[in-house]
Amino acid sequence: MVLFFNPFDNLVCILLGISFTVWFTLLLVFIIVPAIFGVSFGIRRLYMKTLLKIFEWATLRIERGAKEKNHPLYKPYSNAIIAKEPTSLEEEIKEIRRSGSNRDLDSASEFEMSDIFYFARRGVESIMDDEVTKRFSAEELESWNLLTRSNNNFHYISLRLTVLWGLGLLIRYGFLLPLRVTLAFTGVGLLVFLTCLVGLLPNGRLKNFLSEKVHLMCYRICVRALTAIITYHDSENKPKNGGICVANHTSPIDVIILASDGCYAMVGQIHGGLMGVIQRSMVKACPHVWFERSEVKDRHLVAKRLSDHVEDKSKLPILIFPEGTCINNTSVMMFKKGSFEIGATVYPVAIKYDPRFGDAFWNSSKFGMVNYLLRMMSSWAIVCSVWYLPPMSREEGEDAVQFANRVKAAIARQGGLVDLLWDGGLKRGKVKDTFKEEQQKLYSKMLVGTQEDRSRS
Amino acid sequence: MGSRASTLLREEEIEEIKKETGFSHSQITRLYSRFTSLDKGENGTLSREDFQRIPELAINPLGDRIINAFFPEGEDQVNFRGFMRTLAHFRPIEDNEKNKNAAASEPLNSRTNKLLFAFRLYDLDRDDKISRDELLQVLRMMVGVNISDEQLGSIADRTIQEADTNGDNSISFNEFIKVLEKVDVEQKMSIRFLH
Repeated sequence: MVLFFNPFDNLVCILLGISFTVWFTLLLVFIIVPAIFGVSFGIRRLYMKTLLKIFEWATLRIERGAKEKNHPLYKPYSNAIIAKEPTSLEEEIKEIRRSGSNRDLDSASEFEMSDIFYFARRGVESIMDDEVTKRFSAEELESWNLLTRSNNNFHYISLRLTVLWGLGLLIRYGFLLPLRVTLAFTGVGLLVFLTCLVGLLPNGRLKNFLSEKVHLMCYRICVRALTAIITYHDSENKPKNGGICVANHTSPIDVIILASDGCYAMVGQIHGGLMGVIQRSMVKACPHVWFERSEVKDRHLVAKRLSDHVEDKSKLPILIFPEGTCINNTSVMMFKKGSFEIGATVYPVAIKYDPRFGDAFWNSSKFGMVNYLLRMMSSWAIVCSVWYLPPMSREEGEDAVQFANRVKAAIARQGGLVDLLWDGGLKRGKVKDTFKEEQQKLYSKMLVGTQEDRSRS
Repeated sequence: MGSRASTLLREEEIEEIKKETGFSHSQITRLYSRFTSLDKGENGTLSREDFQRIPELAINPLGDRIINAFFPEGEDQVNFRGFMRTLAHFRPIEDNEKNKNAAASEPLNSRTNKLLFAFRLYDLDRDDKISRDELLQVLRMMVGVNISDEQLGSIADRTIQEADTNGDNSISFNEFIKVLEKVDVEQKMSIRFLH
């Protein structure tokens, strides 16, 4: 009988066994146990500081390389390309007429051929640079963070930089990605399993306590699965029961970021597949508000369920993203008024991501969910700041839209984002005709208005 | 994503566009990045739908006329060269350009060419004349439903009366220039770049 016993094979098996054990112990000690207890070793912050130094060095090399070869560098300016004057339609057309008029202003004619200059210029200005379309694609970075996906100048890099980039690629895809994927599966698996277990308990204080602990622990593991380094500010303003928490929306990760620091009741549509499994098991442990696909269209039903939830003070605060879609974190777009009509206290939260380590924006027209998660998990890190703003309520004489705009302005101010009135729905849909009609009305007033003056004189 | 913007635009092309339009190197790369972000089909050209996706342009009463100015007669796609050529009309006139010798061809952003751009917005059928009908149609676009047909008609009649010097009841380009000779076209039809 021939023995297939090879001492070399035996050695390899032993080595593999040892490395796996070491690997899992490290994982447990440095990641999972701290997640359970909510403490941190500070490893991630150290990592962040090291990365920043490397990025600065890389940017300097690119600039030097470009200067040597005498090529002008492409510098992305996330602010405006062109100078736009904030004058109104009336002011500008009057100015144009004034400069060309032979007569004096009192008997100004109602229409001049030069009026068209205003519309032409405004139109071409919006073609060169507009406030809306650039919010639906990732923000451009000024320094290079060793990810080819975020820089235009990478053909000016030297050998040393290429080596660094290659090393970075190896680390990200060979080490960080598998680690993060393992953690993600652990986190999600534990969430589903433990929430089902907790769901078996009878309703009461023990169940709520355990549900809270379970949710927090699993979300913290997920946070580590993304290497998210989050700084929470003003935690004394954290949302309380019976309130509604609103935040600006950049990606699905927002949920994980907020939920790892406090317990919320989620709102959303029930999906199929893995997402659906997670949703169904979460609701066993504590009441979230999930809607069937058919119920989502019925606004009264949605409003009723939400207001029923907030009236019950024992239930957790609701988490809502009133923009309705993901925006690229340079601005805040129109808040849908539904959640502001309910009458509960609103706790605004501002979330600002630091794009240098990895862009968190989900461009859903470009990438699917899985592709997006892979990109997230192969970036360096997700660094963000969360500000809890003081609670706001609707004031006397303020309607839901004004209240929503007030909350939006507060969030934009805190996060350093541009406050826009445009609807996030413009990502996919067309703009309403009423805006064009407003412009036409304004212009008509200029023509007809002078007619009235004429008949009076 | 815009990550491959300047790698697809070759240096020779940038030089040619610079000569033709007068934009600087950085302005051209900036606008190329803008062009690619508008080009949703990623085929190197823009269609009318790509322009209409800009909300601020869609709510402009003359949005469709402006979009039309980018497309040559009978064509549905505009490439980057054509895009830049049309945008060049709105480049501010610099002082050292005012004294260019007459032999050189007129720059795209000269006063005359700026006026030509505006003239073409009125001239719907591109026959180099603005007829009463065309003027009425453009006026209707600008005012929407807020002014009656009669009022609009009288406005159009008055305008043609004042501008028309050769009695053919329409406005030619020279008559157009004459009417607007005092208007500060250089300033009002120019867009300033920040960099």
